[in-house]
Amino acid sequence: MEDDAPVIYGLEFQARALTSQTAESDAIRFLVGTQSLKFDNQIHIIDFDDENNIISKSVLQHEAGEIWHISASPADKAVLTTCYNITSESRVVTSSAVWRMPPEWESGSHESPDDPHNSHNPQSLDLLCHLDNSAHGNASCVLWEPMGDGKRVISLADNHALLWDLTESSTQATISSSATLEGKGQLKFTSGKWSPHHNCTQLATANDTAIRGWDLRTMKQIYCIENAHGQLVRDLDFNPNKQYYLASCGDDCKVKFWDVRNISEPVKTLEEHSHWWVSVAHLRDTHTHTYTHTVTSKINGNLDNDNQKHGCLR
Amino acid sequence: MDGDVSNADTTPPDSDPARKRRVHGMLKLYYGLNEEGKTVDQAESLDPCDINGPHFDPEVYLNKLRRECSLGELMDQESCMVKQIRSLDSDMQTLVYENYNKFISATDTIRKMKNDFKKMEDEMDCLTTNMAAITVFSARISGTLQDQHAQITKLSGVHTLLRKLQFLFELPARLNKCLELQAYAQAVTSHRRARCVLQQYSHMPSFRGIQDDCHAIMDKLAQELRQKFRDGGSSAKDLSECVELLLQLDEPAEELCDKFLTHARSRLEADLLGLEAELRPVSRTDILEFIDRGCNEFVSSLCLVIASYQELFMAVGKLHAFVDSLAARYFSLVERRIQEEKSVGDNSLLVRALDRFHRRLQAVAKLLPGSAVPSQGTEIVVRAARERVKQYLAALQSFYLDSLTDVRQALAAPRLGGSSAGGGLPELLSSLSASILNQIKTVLASVHLFTAKDITFSNKPYFKGEFCSQGVRESLVVNFIKFVCQSSRQFCESAVDRGGSTPPALLLLLSRLCLDYETSTISYILTLTDEQFLVQHHSPVTAVTALCGEAREAAQKLLNHYVKVQGLIISQMLRKSVETRDWVNTIEPRNVRAVMKRVVEDTTSIDVQVGLLYEEGVRKAHSSDSSKRTFSVYSSSRQQSRYTPSYTPSAPMDTNLMSNIHKLFSERIDIFSPVEFNKVSVLTGIIKISLKTFLECVRLRTFGRYGLQQIQVDCHYLQMYLWRFVSDENLVHFLLDEIVGSTAHRCLDPAPMEQSVIEVICERG
Repeated sequence: MEDDAPVIYGLEFQARALTSQTAESDAIRFLVGTQSLKFDNQIHIIDFDDENNIISKSVLQHEAGEIWHISASPADKAVLTTCYNITSESRVVTSSAVWRMPPEWESGSHESPDDPHNSHNPQSLDLLCHLDNSAHGNASCVLWEPMGDGKRVISLADNHALLWDLTESSTQATISSSATLEGKGQLKFTSGKWSPHHNCTQLATANDTAIRGWDLRTMKQIYCIENAHGQLVRDLDFNPNKQYYLASCGDDCKVKFWDVRNISEPVKTLEEHSHWWVSVAHLRDTHTHTYTHTVTSKINGNLDNDNQKHGCLR
Repeated sequence: MDGDVSNADTTPPDSDPARKRRVHGMLKLYYGLNEEGKTVDQAESLDPCDINGPHFDPEVYLNKLRRECSLGELMDQESCMVKQIRSLDSDMQTLVYENYNKFISATDTIRKMKNDFKKMEDEMDCLTTNMAAITVFSARISGTLQDQHAQITKLSGVHTLLRKLQFLFELPARLNKCLELQAYAQAVTSHRRARCVLQQYSHMPSFRGIQDDCHAIMDKLAQELRQKFRDGGSSAKDLSECVELLLQLDEPAEELCDKFLTHARSRLEADLLGLEAELRPVSRTDILEFIDRGCNEFVSSLCLVIASYQELFMAVGKLHAFVDSLAARYFSLVERRIQEEKSVGDNSLLVRALDRFHRRLQAVAKLLPGSAVPSQGTEIVVRAARERVKQYLAALQSFYLDSLTDVRQALAAPRLGGSSAGGGLPELLSSLSASILNQIKTVLASVHLFTAKDITFSNKPYFKGEFCSQGVRESLVVNFIKFVCQSSRQFCESAVDRGGSTPPALLLLLSRLCLDYETSTISYILTLTDEQFLVQHHSPVTAVTALCGEAREAAQKLLNHYVKVQGLIISQMLRKSVETRDWVNTIEPRNVRAVMKRVVEDTTSIDVQVGLLYEEGVRKAHSSDSSKRTFSVYSSSRQQSRYTPSYTPSAPMDTNLMSNIHKLFSERIDIFSPVEFNKVSVLTGIIKISLKTFLECVRLRTFGRYGLQQIQVDCHYLQMYLWRFVSDENLVHFLLDEIVGSTAHRCLDPAPMEQSVIEVICERG
């Protein structure tokens, strides 16, 4: 892996949303959502062949709007959610929806990135349902239940966390419970992560400089790390192997590792990066330059830059 | 007798020359002259013609004369001869006459002597009779006195004996009396004198009685002595006296020795308990008093014990263990007391106390050579000195932290009073620096007392070498400097995340302080230390350069942090202003937004603040009219032509994407890069951070036409004011271009405002 040259894949639009598809066990597959105000936005499906160190891509149309967040169902590899901006004459509204990829994209044609013709006529996603949150403001992200059966999602919209139940075919979504962040000023969730531990009953969210933990059974806050970062917290993630460990990153150029049982001090702070928003196990767009940092070993505090394995997207 | 004399008289007139010669010879013989005359005689005798020789033969002579001489000569010879004969005759007559006279007088003398002797004989006879009488009398007297003399001799012997006996008989009484008067020494001396006699005559009942009495009394005395010995009330001198007496009483030395030591121990322990009582906080005495008391009571008693023990028992066998165990307890007490000595105000008291402590232990060393006690004492002093150095370090550190608190308060105060932010920074810096330096000097002076010439332990190898180098230089001075750097660094690490409690001005001030340390203060302090303590570097010591490096690193870190903090404060304002506005539905811009003015104001005040402590720095040459620079909304797209894409796009190219890709390769601005130690560099760093935040925030929003125009106005305003602060104005231009470009990219209806209108609005605002 160290010897391989980084694999670079170029998009023609700016992109801010990236996710890996965990339901696909055969291939290493990423979904990227683009942002363009003027053109139809796309979802790029990128398969990475780590033996030959090459990638192959498919493009699907996402006509609803520019994609700010994307996540793939852990159960059905054809199902995904996006948060997108709809811009009308005077308003910009962010909403979220569940989509199904058309069945033909995979069987139809595996295009190579060099083949331009198919890209001009891509297929569109099929809308399954809207996560209708007009009452709750703009959606910032949608989270699938980790390792679940693809029936439960959480959406974070302004200062609300909404837990949705999906029907079997994902064609209908109903709010089963919700939590609201109370406080002075305009509070707004910037990001969140559904913990894969404790039977998936915990959620961690970030708003401004604070990190909060929620119990999904009661929808009550269970912990709050005030001033977790000096500046805005941009992203956070749970350690898949250590149930109490949490990583966070923010505008203060730091990555911090927390033990949620003792939130007074971070377990470890990394300040190696002299740039803006490091994303933890996630994707973040700065300079149209997308880093994927996968934290493979949080305890060692090592950031394993997975660019080489999974492809560096620009 | 007369007949003899007449005979003699007749002889001399004898005319026979032979006879005369014979007489003459006899006289000669008598007077021992014959040796001399004999040769003459011999020579004379050979010639019969020699008239004076003994063998003179007149016939030969005459014949010879007749044959040899003429008549005239013979005549002459004959007349000469006649003359000679005549003179000889007269001589002879004279001699005879003289002889005769002498004979007469000799005869008279003899006659007189005869008479005298007769008388003497009578007197001698009388004397003999008298002597005989005396002898008889003397014999008679001796005979009578013989008896009496023997008697007197006998009596005198009896007298002596009786006196001895009297002494013996009086002994018990005397001993008792001594006992009563407690004159034990006299009693023991008396008893010793009588002891062997009593022993000798113990077979006699009366002596036996006395002996028994004496024994009883002496036992009692021994008992009392032991009692006294045990009671322990007596002084060490009494005690040794007791032991001496008991020794004379044939007490077993071993046992006595043990007892002596036990007793001495109990007394010394009492001293120690007294000392321990002083340790209680209730009866607080200062350390000098404490050590004084320890020296006067315990150490001097100990010395006395050692001295009397050696005098009494002539051995030191058990003494070492004894002294060691007691000294160990004493030392532990002293150490406890020293440990309580925490106040660092006046070191001289402690040093004097330690000096006294050390000095008094030298007495033990002299009395008991080879004892470990003095060296242990020295170790205690060494430990105390080490401890002291640590305390001074802690004091310095707390002084430093207190000073920082003062500085914080001073920094906070003027703002309340309404004067400009961070006013008086240089004064604060110089007073902080001076007070720290002063404190260091004071501490050095205090510590220097340990090595003063008149202190007994200052010539110990530890105080000459290790104390100076490892103790004072390393653990005090170097550690303090390190602490300053370290505590400064800590401000960068923790404070900002937790509410940013450190005022930025303090960061700036500390940064300057550390930089000053790097340039001059550290080497000054270390030189001062080395000079004062004549440090000889036996062991490796921290080099000045290493410390300077550390200080510089701290200064750099602080300044970087300052930049970051100030940058983030401005960033925060910008971010809030971008996030909270509805940019799609905003009205046409009429003014520069207030937040931009605020940004410029804050930047200006930061510029003033930094300018107080740091030099201006170098900046690149300005263009002639920087503020009037026009920047285009799509300025970045101009660069597009220079970039040839290496891949085939799958969708219509977004021009901005291309420009961004280009930027990625062409110009990388390191936002959080370290800054240099000057004002321009600091300001550049802050502005870079702020504008970068602005850019990133803009990229997360969607803008309407007027939103874009507002950003244009804002950026132009920033452009007008910020260029003067930075080292390279192109940087500001670039970032602002980028902001406007990104806004346009995120704009639903990108219709930029006329440059002239923008300028009018900005100048009006």
